[in-house]
Amino acid sequence: MSGSPPAGRALAPAHRLVLVVLALTTLLALAIAIAVSFGAAQVPLWQRLLGGAWSDAQQAILLALRLPRVLAAAALGGLLGVAGVAFQALLRNPLADPYVLGVSGGASLGGVVALLAGAAGLGVPVAAFAGALASLIAIERIATSGGRLTVFTLLLTGAIFNAFSAALIYFLQSVASREELSAIVFYLMGRVPSAGLSTLAALWGAGVAITLALFASARDFNALTAGEEGAQQLGVDVERLKRRTFVLGSLATALAVATAGLIGFVGLVVPHILRRLLGPDHRLLLPAAFLGGASFLVLADLAARTLAAPTELPVGVVTALLGGPFFLLLLRRSGPASGEGAGYGARDV
Amino acid sequence: MSEPAPATPLLEARDLTVSYGAHHVLAGVDLDLRPGSVVGLLGPNGAGKSTLVRALSGVLGRFAGTIRIAGKDLRALSRREVARRIAVVPQEPRFEFPFTALEVVVMGRHPHLTGLAFESADDIAIARRALERCGASHLARRPIDQLSSGERQRIVFARALAQQAPVLLLDEPASFLDLRFQVELFDRLRELAEEGTGIVAVLHDLNLAAEYCDRIVLLQAGRVVAAGPTAEVLTYRNLTAVYETEIYVDLNDLTGALVVTPLSSRARRRLQESPPGPDRPPAP
Repeated sequence: MSGSPPAGRALAPAHRLVLVVLALTTLLALAIAIAVSFGAAQVPLWQRLLGGAWSDAQQAILLALRLPRVLAAAALGGLLGVAGVAFQALLRNPLADPYVLGVSGGASLGGVVALLAGAAGLGVPVAAFAGALASLIAIERIATSGGRLTVFTLLLTGAIFNAFSAALIYFLQSVASREELSAIVFYLMGRVPSAGLSTLAALWGAGVAITLALFASARDFNALTAGEEGAQQLGVDVERLKRRTFVLGSLATALAVATAGLIGFVGLVVPHILRRLLGPDHRLLLPAAFLGGASFLVLADLAARTLAAPTELPVGVVTALLGGPFFLLLLRRSGPASGEGAGYGARDV
Repeated sequence: MSEPAPATPLLEARDLTVSYGAHHVLAGVDLDLRPGSVVGLLGPNGAGKSTLVRALSGVLGRFAGTIRIAGKDLRALSRREVARRIAVVPQEPRFEFPFTALEVVVMGRHPHLTGLAFESADDIAIARRALERCGASHLARRPIDQLSSGERQRIVFARALAQQAPVLLLDEPASFLDLRFQVELFDRLRELAEEGTGIVAVLHDLNLAAEYCDRIVLLQAGRVVAAGPTAEVLTYRNLTAVYETEIYVDLNDLTGALVVTPLSSRARRRLQESPPGPDRPPAP
C-alpha cells in the first residue's frame, strides 16, 4: 500500500506522544552533549564519564562559554519550531514560517534603532522585543474587523509590516556610519549569543510555557484543518483560537528574533520533516517541534562554530545552507506525483 | 404522514434574515424541524439554501430573527454546546493536511472531549462504527487528501454520524456520489430519522427529494415560497414558478413515487407534434 501512513499511526495518539517525546528528548540530550564537547578547545564529555578529569580551563570553558550558548541555541530552535507549527496551523498552510506574520520586522527594526542609539548589553534585545510587541498589537488591530480576525488580512498586513520595516532598516543603514553599518548587518544576520542566566531563563521559560499553551489547543488545530467554518461546526471557538495562536506564535518569534536575529529555515524545515515522520496530528507535532527545533539549532550552531574555525559563521547562514538543499531534496523525493503530501502548497494561497 | 407535534422542535428558525449590506440573502425565513423528520431545502441557485444551513449551524456572525435549538436560543449556546446538538455535512469538504480517514472521523468526537483529553477507546469505537455504517471501513487508513470527492463526502458523513447529534444538516450531500452511494446515503438518512434524528438537507435532485423527504421548504431569492408535506409542495405550479422552467410532476407506475421531470425544449416540441393520448392526460 503506497498510500498508507507510517505504521506507527496504528498506535493510540497518547502512546505515540510518550514515545515521540522520549525519543526526541534523547536526541536533544545527545545533540547538547556533542555540541558542548567540540569547539576551539575540546571538552569531551565522555572523558569525564570515563572517570577522567577536566582541567580548570576546560571546566571554565564548558560552564561559562559553551553550555550557556548551547542551551540558548536549544531554546531558540525550540521557539522557532513551535512558532512554525503554530502559524502553519493558523494559516492552514504547511509552507508558512515564523516570520510570515510581521513581528520579525518589528523586532529587527527595534533592535537596529537601539543599536544606532548606542544601546549595549541587554538594551538591544529588549528594544527588539518592544518593537515586536508594538507590531504584534498593531497587526492584530489592523487585521480585526467586526470582532473577527481575518487570516487573509493578517497575512497581507504581516507582509506589509515586514516590507515596511525592511525599508526603514535600509534607510537607517544608508545614513549610518561604517561601524554602525557593520554592527547592524552582524545583528540582523542571525547568530546564537552566549546568553547570561537571565536570558537563558527567559528563553527556556517562555519556550516551555508557549509550547504547553499551544499544546492545550492541539485538538482544535486538528479540527481547524477542516477550515474555519468546519472547525466551528465541530465545536471549536475559532475566533479565540486564531487570536491566541497569533499572539503565542508571535511572542515565540519575537523572543527568538530579539535575542538572535533572523535565523531562517528552522521553523519551516523542522515541522515539515516531523509532519512527514509523525503525520499531521498537532498533539504530536507541537512538542516534537520544540524538541526537534532545539536539536536542529544546537547542531547547526555547532557547525557554525567549527566549520570555518577560527572564523565563526552566522548560524542563519548555516541553517539556510543546510536547510535549503535538504528541503528541496525532500520536495523532489516525494513530490506531488507520488502521493503522500501531494498537493502541499499546490492548493494553497 | 402524521406528525403529532411535540412541544419543542429540535430546531426552529423564526423570521430569519441574513443580509450582506443592502442585499438580503435570507428574508424572514421560518423553519421547524421535529425529531424523526427529513426536511428538504430546495430552490434554484442563489436562493439562500446554503446560507440557511450555515445560519442554522451557528457559523454566521450576524443575522436577524431567532434560531432555537431544542428551545434554547442559539446565541446563548457555546460553540461546543451547539456542536453537540448539530452535526453538519458541508458541501465540499477540503483538507490541506494528510489526516487518515479514521482520524478525520474521530474529529467528530471533538465536541464531546474536554480540555487536553485524548479520545478514548469508546470514541474510536464510535468512529469505526460510523465508518462501517457509511460503507467506508476500507478507507480508514487512507490519507483524506488522496481520496476522491465522493469518498471524501462519505468520510465527512461518517464524521457527522460520530458526532452523535440529534440534528443533522447536510449541504448537497449527494453531489459527488454515484447512484449506488446516493441510495445508500439516503437509506442511512431514513434510518437515522427512524431513530429520532432530525434532518435538514439541501438538495438539487428533485426526485431524491420527492422520494426521501417528509417535508419540503422551497426557497427563492431568500424567501420561503412554499413549505409543507412533500406531495403538497412539489407541484407543477410551485416548481415551474420557482425554477423558471416547466417542470412536470407525476407518479411512477412501478414504485408509486413522485417523479419530477423538467421539460426540455425537445420534449416540448415532441408534445406539440403528437399530443398525449387520452390514457395519459397532460399535467395541469
